Amino acid sequence: MRHVLSVLVENEPGVLSRVVGLFSGRGFNIETLNVGPTLEDGLSLMTITTSGEEQIIEQITKQLRKLVTVVKVVDLTHLQSVEREMVLIKVNAEDERRAEVLRIADIFRCKVVDVSGNDLTLEITGDQGKIRAIVSLLQRFGIKEFARTGTVAMRRSMQVD
Amino acid sequence: MERTGAQVLLECLLQEGVESIFGFPGGAVIDIYHHLPEYPALRHFLVRHEQGAIHAADGYARATGRVGVCLVTSGPGATNTVTGIATAYMDSIPVVIITGQVPTPLIGNDAFQEVDIVGISRPCVKHNYLVKDVKDLAWIIKQAFYLARTGRPGPVLVDLPKDVLQAKTVFEYPEAISMRSYNPNLAPNRRQVRKVTELLRQSRRPLVYSGGGVISSDAAEELTWLCRTLRIPVTSTLMGLGAFPGDDPLWLGMLGMHGTYAANMAVGHTDLLLAVGARFDDRVTGKISSFAPSAQVVHIDVDPTSIRKNVNVDVPIVADCRQALRGIREELEICPDLPDWSDAHQSWLEQVGEWQRDHPLRYTFSEEPIKPQFVVEKIYELTKGEAIITTEVGQNQMWAAQFSKFHRPRTFLTSGGLGTMGYGFPAAIGAQVAFPDKLVIDIAGDGSIQMNIQEMATAVSYNIPVKIVILNNGYLGMVRQWQELFYAKNYCATCMHLNPDFVKLAEAYGAAGFRVTKAADVERVLKEAFAIPGPAIVDVVVEPEENVYPMVPAGAALTDMLLV
Ligand SMILES: Cc1ncc(C[n+]2csc(CCOP(=O)(O)OP(=O)(O)O)c2C)c(N)n1
Repeated sequence: MRHVLSVLVENEPGVLSRVVGLFSGRGFNIETLNVGPTLEDGLSLMTITTSGEEQIIEQITKQLRKLVTVVKVVDLTHLQSVEREMVLIKVNAEDERRAEVLRIADIFRCKVVDVSGNDLTLEITGDQGKIRAIVSLLQRFGIKEFARTGTVAMRRSMQVD
Repeated sequence: MERTGAQVLLECLLQEGVESIFGFPGGAVIDIYHHLPEYPALRHFLVRHEQGAIHAADGYARATGRVGVCLVTSGPGATNTVTGIATAYMDSIPVVIITGQVPTPLIGNDAFQEVDIVGISRPCVKHNYLVKDVKDLAWIIKQAFYLARTGRPGPVLVDLPKDVLQAKTVFEYPEAISMRSYNPNLAPNRRQVRKVTELLRQSRRPLVYSGGGVISSDAAEELTWLCRTLRIPVTSTLMGLGAFPGDDPLWLGMLGMHGTYAANMAVGHTDLLLAVGARFDDRVTGKISSFAPSAQVVHIDVDPTSIRKNVNVDVPIVADCRQALRGIREELEICPDLPDWSDAHQSWLEQVGEWQRDHPLRYTFSEEPIKPQFVVEKIYELTKGEAIITTEVGQNQMWAAQFSKFHRPRTFLTSGGLGTMGYGFPAAIGAQVAFPDKLVIDIAGDGSIQMNIQEMATAVSYNIPVKIVILNNGYLGMVRQWQELFYAKNYCATCMHLNPDFVKLAEAYGAAGFRVTKAADVERVLKEAFAIPGPAIVDVVVEPEENVYPMVPAGAALTDMLLV
């Protein structure tokens, strides 16, 4: 099962390789990984998506907590959380297909961030489902370039079930 | 007053109460060596290979329970320690490794003798640091020692660029440590402790399985109280030997691949397995699915990652072993009917006793060639468990574990997790430095001893009177045993023909050398070697094809043992 881990770390050189090395050294899998500084000086937040059986995920979170530079690990999977990813897609959009691409972009509330005679570059944010949907819709036009940030996530303030 | 980084480092070591440093110099650490004579309280032992330095620091730590210190130069000096760092990491031994580094402006430029030791060592240290500013040096050293010895102990490496060692600052040793990201949990959870006492009350066939954590948390006394009070039989891992007195009738011997029949059968039949400071290594469990098949499992460990890593646990207790066992003791002491609990184990104890009687450890005596087990028995007889025994790796290690008895913690030092050939001799040097008046003996194989034999020069030059007893079978015996049993006797690359003459080798270094070929001479020669004031090698020519039994083939159930 897919898990989203929110990992607060001391922002110091080598912290990323400690985390990544833990995954590779123990044969755990990373699907996406995103890092950025937090508002608090000296701390960064990583969002890591990974998958595995419960026992593996338990090991991953415990092993992460054991790293001296890791301050906090939260598994967002069983919590209500907001998950977003940003993707840039450069899609074929020659004359007669341009309107159609733009219509799809509009439906998905994408932004057009670059245009040329042959293609359009779209910026999309959304959860995994939305990204999968637009990618599959755009694929038939031909995707020339594709860049994604990996998931960022946050626990919702209200945990209603 | 301003001091250089090198002086700051040495001041910090003093503050940490360090007395002995095992090291080897080089350009990157020459500043530290330059100032070392200003600190006569810090005794430095010059080894002959950096692997010797780290194993010696590790042996010192295992024997004393204090943090061992190793000091080496950058590049090859640093990489030479990696095997020893991994050895300490696998066995949770507190050592601080100080490595030199090229000056900060050169880092990353493939400078002379530059290596990214922080990167290289990352997977096998508890934590490591590259110091970039001399102002950070004191608190980093303070943290390094703190991390090494607290929680689950382990090696911590500090990489020191040469310009940082030369830069000046005012020395101030921080009083307190504050680390928001490191707070090992030491106290047991009360509710869990009560669950354990409840399980102990119900159990009819309890078994304690203890490990190195009992030794590193100084919990031997608490463990012994528990087992004796409730009359629970005890087995332990290789790392746990010495935590429970080896001559107690409740002691079953080690479990696992070369464990005793009684210990392994007891695991197979227990209804309550109390694992204390042990991590269910595959050499211990054999086939996981048939490990302790009818037991509820209680697991006490200070490291949460150990729990449920390999086996399912019914009651996990994340805590320091000593504190957890004390917690259990407090609960038990208010139960008035404890004698009834232990009476309820009577038929279990009889069953276990029968296993012990029917299948003790055994071998067939022979006058010549000498049986290696006989040599180990003789060593035990002569030392009565008063010596510190270290081992190399292989059959020698297993025989040392099986055929001696250990009565006290920190008297058996061996590379359990990594299985590092070449560990025993330098570790013995470290232990002997800590306990100059004790008898320290490395039980060795002819293969392993050649991995760090150069340390004989260290032993001789500081008159460190370590005794090496080589069980010389002319083979890489343990591998040969596998080849014999599981690879159709294809003895490829395990015959040690052209071994050196170990007696002459000892003499070449200025140590004493002895050779024994007949059982009748073993005792006399051992006595003689143990009595001389300096280091010695006793080369015992033993049966070349003797095997370690019982044996559980890798991946088989513990109850499927090959007996003698
Ligand atoms: C550094 C290292 N290399 C290889 C091994 C694999 N190995 C395990 S036991 C063994 C044989 C050891 O031979 P020896 O030291 O002669 O001891 P014996 O088994 O004969 O007592 C070997 C090669 C190891 N444990 N460590």
